[in-house]
Amino acid sequence: MMNGEEFVPLSLTPMLIGIFAAIACALPGNFLLLRRQALIGDAISHVVLPGIVVAFLISGAITAWPMMLGAAGAAVVAVMLIEAIRRLGKIEPGAAMGVVFTTMFAGGVLLLEQTDTSTVHLDVEHALYGNLESLIWLDAVGWSSLLDPEALRHLPVELPRMALTLVGVCLFIALFWRALKISTFDEGFARTMGIRTNALGLGLVITAAVAAVAAFDAVGSIIVIAMFICPPAAARMMTNRLEGQIAWSVGFAMVSAVLGYVLAGYGPLWMGGSDAVSAAGMIATVSGVILAISAKFGPCRSRAGAPAGI
Amino acid sequence: MLLDALLLQLGYNATLVAIGAALLGTAAGITGTFLFLRKRALVSDAVSHATLPGVCIAFLLMAAFGADGRNLAGLLLGSAVSAGIGLWCMNWLTRNTRLAEDAAIGAVLSVFFGFGIVLLTVIQILGVGRQAGLEGFLLGSTAGMLYSDALVIAGGGALSLLMILLTRRPMTLVAFDPEYAAARGLPVERIDMLMMGLVMAVTVVGLKIVGLILIVALLIIPAVTARFWTERSDHVVLLAGLFGGLASYVGAALSASAPNLPTGPIIVLVSFGFFALSLFLAPNRGVLAAVMRHMRFQRRVHLRQGLLALAQGQAIYESLTLRLLRRAGLVRADGVATERGKARASKALRDERRWEIVRGDMAHEAAAALYDGLRDIETVLTQDQIVEIDRRIGGPREVLS
Repeated sequence: MMNGEEFVPLSLTPMLIGIFAAIACALPGNFLLLRRQALIGDAISHVVLPGIVVAFLISGAITAWPMMLGAAGAAVVAVMLIEAIRRLGKIEPGAAMGVVFTTMFAGGVLLLEQTDTSTVHLDVEHALYGNLESLIWLDAVGWSSLLDPEALRHLPVELPRMALTLVGVCLFIALFWRALKISTFDEGFARTMGIRTNALGLGLVITAAVAAVAAFDAVGSIIVIAMFICPPAAARMMTNRLEGQIAWSVGFAMVSAVLGYVLAGYGPLWMGGSDAVSAAGMIATVSGVILAISAKFGPCRSRAGAPAGI
Repeated sequence: MLLDALLLQLGYNATLVAIGAALLGTAAGITGTFLFLRKRALVSDAVSHATLPGVCIAFLLMAAFGADGRNLAGLLLGSAVSAGIGLWCMNWLTRNTRLAEDAAIGAVLSVFFGFGIVLLTVIQILGVGRQAGLEGFLLGSTAGMLYSDALVIAGGGALSLLMILLTRRPMTLVAFDPEYAAARGLPVERIDMLMMGLVMAVTVVGLKIVGLILIVALLIIPAVTARFWTERSDHVVLLAGLFGGLASYVGAALSASAPNLPTGPIIVLVSFGFFALSLFLAPNRGVLAAVMRHMRFQRRVHLRQGLLALAQGQAIYESLTLRLLRRAGLVRADGVATERGKARASKALRDERRWEIVRGDMAHEAAAALYDGLRDIETVLTQDQIVEIDRRIGGPREVLS
């Protein structure tokens, strides 16, 4: 379809970043889905905006680390606020979440409007659907650049950061695999075994937040929400085993990222257009199509459990 | 400036926006109450995000047929259709698959929104021109509102209010107890659909003012706020309407009074202000009330235990207890009981003994269940019963000093 000279600088890095982001979100998404906390991802991705704006106001520049810290701080504040409102006001969790994330998002938008951000690239649209297409690797000349240390130094910083996040997420899940599995399916039993379920739950949410923030930086919030929910939900229709579900969800996340990117980048060209459409939106759309197919035909889609004949 | 805005003195456009927002906020608050009582508050999030593809498709269609792509009624119609499809998908996922409702909400929300963004970029690429208005639907924009737009919004708000007025009884019943409603022969599913239809209507009408990301707040926050103030569902509905309408009106006025104050976020922040006030100040359910209740209870326990200690001639070291006893004039500054203190203490000890007998006697089982260490025995037993118990204890004896 395309030779290395074009593919490596223009498409390889966005594609890899998309894949890493998708997997990093889908992995914790599996547990959130099973714990009925699927919408935490939605809430986190909304509150990241005020965090980033505040970080920008304090540091005065669009640099990676203050932004990440600000976003992560906002996520933690949001989780604590939700919990506080839920307990203090005796309000059901869904409504408490709705109150907190809309308010924080509104605060973020207001701050953004009040600040002069004309000199920097920071606006609501960017926060919503990112700019995956712009993460290109201009120093590459072809496949051989992958071995060229000089060119490698100019990789977009998002790529190593996303890869690092993915490794971190994998480590968390691998380290706490047994405890996570038990506490997800039977919290009471986990507690009798001496697993600190509250701390573990918070750890999971923080891991999800870290993944969301890192992915958000690269690809925008809409992909984050989609990847938290759609691949795990689709995987849930395919199997009854947690191991299998996670494997399927990783697969689905990868397919969504690759197919979505290709369709967004080249689809319009095939249709006779000239410009690409939003890759983030397309990735979310593809993951939705995958979910629809698996919800219609997946072997374990019904609530009764195992398919007939097993 | 702000006063001018609140009194609708800032010109024609601002007045239109403020009135439209107030109507919308009222309708949203009331509709949201049913949703909140049904414990499905976040469904509105899915509905609102699912409107985006419809807006884009309607724009593309209208532009393709040579009409003005920004015709508000057409765009709202498109958004209603796509919100309906989103709602249907969500219901289908929860009913026919093993996914829980929250996962279905998230899936519909993200996929529809993602697809909408793809369509937005398509519109940009096609360069149909004048698409700038569409981004306004994300966060709402009231700057260039036309008279016809305001009419559409006001009409939609009024129509939703009328629908709610007509169907409030069955909706309340379903929100509280769907099983009972079904047993009464009410078509629960159709009423649920009606509820969702109203949510959809409010969302669609609110797109222009508040934007699709923040309209959820108008549906959730007033209802939660109102819930703090009352335990009666009809009052919650009314209060939610009031809070929603007021917040929207004040928010719209505020945003008109200065530049760089986007309407949607301001409205949301004003409603959150009402929420925060209610969370702390509401009687009964508020945080302040709970703290005061707790402190009152603490004082009663300390006083009671102090009196019992006095009666048994034990020294009291605990400072709060001493302070309370002294303030009530029951002990002197050196910790020795006054006459009144001695009387109250012996009464407390006698009551304790009476309770002991009550709790040991099966005949008083119902009264014994009310024992919590603080309740006065006179409030649960008649004078005759107390005399009978006293007879069993024996006559009053001298208090040890």
